[in-house]
Amino acid sequence: MAVFDILIYPDSRLKKVSRQISVVDESVKKFIFDLEETMRAGPPSVGIAAPQVGRFERIVIVDVSVKPDTPNHGKLILINPQINMKQGEVTGREGCLSVPDYTGNVARAETITLQALDLTGESKTYEMEGFEARAVQHEIDHLDGLLFLDRLVSRRNNLFKRKVYK
Amino acid sequence: MKNWYMLTFIGKDRPGIVSQVTLALYEGGGNLGEASMVRLGGNFSIMLMVHYEGSADSLEKKMSKVCTVLELQVHVDKIEGELHRHVEPDVRISIYGADRAGIVAETTGVLTEAGLNILNLESDVGGSSDNPIYIMEMEGVAGKGIDSLKSALDKLAEEKHVETRISPINTLMG
Ligand SMILES: [Zn+2]
Repeated sequence: MAVFDILIYPDSRLKKVSRQISVVDESVKKFIFDLEETMRAGPPSVGIAAPQVGRFERIVIVDVSVKPDTPNHGKLILINPQINMKQGEVTGREGCLSVPDYTGNVARAETITLQALDLTGESKTYEMEGFEARAVQHEIDHLDGLLFLDRLVSRRNNLFKRKVYK
Repeated sequence: MKNWYMLTFIGKDRPGIVSQVTLALYEGGGNLGEASMVRLGGNFSIMLMVHYEGSADSLEKKMSKVCTVLELQVHVDKIEGELHRHVEPDVRISIYGADRAGIVAETTGVLTEAGLNILNLESDVGGSSDNPIYIMEMEGVAGKGIDSLKSALDKLAEEKHVETRISPINTLMG
């Protein structure tokens, strides 16, 4: 068991693109175990991505089950996650373990279809919406070297903004 | 404890205000913290939280040239301030309706009583001069819970003929 240090922006490593995992072996599993430890040990968060602790592999953990009234799949370990479909757009507030003391509004797809390997190396497909979909998009961004700061939308003029379907 | 000042600038809007004011500040040894800059009714207003190792008078003097050139009024206050003290809002409220005297005082008064601590508020007047509409959007902390604000807003909507909307701000941390 280990708790990693979280990289904090402006650490330039947060802008790196992470590589695919070829085999989900014991070392990957052990890393994921420690990554979850790190997520649970830090400030309350609903997700973490491997590059946030300096391991540049396409692994994220998302767990929004602690939020009340939020549809969710429980704890998700997503290896090589890929979003196959995005629908709708909603603006919501985000913060990041790697960006302390700042939150901002970010537009994300409202529903997504997602494919990823699980801890056993099996490929799975998920359909998700709302807060959970937002969390997954936030974490996958980390794998591509993107922070929510790269996607800020103005706090002004979002009065009565409704869902927009593309 | 650092030396923080709040600088307020007001003047007629024109191109280049932000860059020239912040450049004068930087060259004068002021260090910019949080800021709010907005155009209001053809005027430009700037509030800057500034860290500066000197007196309010000397800071004001350093800004006097740019203020003369841009015809800005400046005001300097020493403040107790620190960066990294953000309070996270947990609720967003929008209200709009026909403009009339007292609408902001009435609505915010009711909301304060219902537990709202307003962190920021933006309002505007739209419509036409014959039929102006008042539009207000605010973010804050619901000190007595969101249901208390909801019922206050329902009552406002009914009694004051305004449209209201409240949504929780569910900040994602990840
Ligand atoms: Zn993040």
